[in-house]
Amino acid sequence: MADVAAGYLPILLFLAVALALSSAFVGLPMLVSRLTGAHRPDPEKLSEYECGFPAFEDSRDQFDVRFYLVAILFIIFDLEVAFLFPWAVSLMGTGWAAWIAMMIFLTELALGLVYAWQKGALEWE
Amino acid sequence: MIGIFAFYLFATLTILSGILVIFARNPVHSVLWLIVAFFNAAGLMLLLGAEFIALLLVMVYVGAVAVLFLFIVMMLDIDFAKLRSGFTRNLPIGLLIALVLLAEMLIAITAANSGPLIGDQPASTAQSNLSAMGELMYTRYLVPFELSGIILLVAMIGAIVLTHRDRGDVRGQKIHHQVRRDPEEAIRMTTPESGKGVEL
Repeated sequence: MADVAAGYLPILLFLAVALALSSAFVGLPMLVSRLTGAHRPDPEKLSEYECGFPAFEDSRDQFDVRFYLVAILFIIFDLEVAFLFPWAVSLMGTGWAAWIAMMIFLTELALGLVYAWQKGALEWE
Repeated sequence: MIGIFAFYLFATLTILSGILVIFARNPVHSVLWLIVAFFNAAGLMLLLGAEFIALLLVMVYVGAVAVLFLFIVMMLDIDFAKLRSGFTRNLPIGLLIALVLLAEMLIAITAANSGPLIGDQPASTAQSNLSAMGELMYTRYLVPFELSGIILLVAMIGAIVLTHRDRGDVRGQKIHHQVRRDPEEAIRMTTPESGKGVEL
């Protein structure tokens, strides 16, 4: 195991504790109610309340393509941030060429942002 | 000891969820299994000491790519039962593609013996791998980096061109119109007589 990974050991422990606790909180009430309570479901009891909508229907509904547009714009700016991290850390060693290259990169994406903004792609209407 | 345990845990879960991605009947479920696979791959990266890659995997693949996959899968109005009905008809082509992929994988596996591996040993632990990556990416691989910027720009503009449509009937809020309004023009003070209305 690398030294770096050892630093993440507490997180793994937290993960295990969280997993155990959450499965206990989900599982225990179900188990206890199954053992102690009456279990007589009928269609009316299992239906939604007045204000609810049917929870189980075909998920393959056509919905607005703009969700996709938002997701793709999110990926692009997410990647921009991902590129910025190693750049910021190594800037002292890489010098001006890297700085200028990143400025060109940022300008390109800023142009894209201006385009998206002007086209109204960021507005939901 | 814990490292070995964690490796086998993450590796097993990655392979299991990868298998479930293929075998899940519902494509939405297979995207969800893909997310599990990404998380476990991030764990494996972490065990290798590549913490930046691990967090990037979670941030980009789980946070963005998987969401995009989900949108696409849910947006496609496909009857998957109908899609499966052509299984035997498309079997020869499918087998051909599977064979090509198998050959590629075999070549990739055997190619490891043909020459020295690049990443056999971690180069040095004095430098964090984030800054090592930055130093390589922004000096030696500067041109591919700029190209990736252009690809991202093209992807962004392409997505907008393909999916955006201008709906003319929408009346959005124009903040500058609201701010520019003069109270002198907007308000008129009157004192109407009793029993009479206001002239508009």
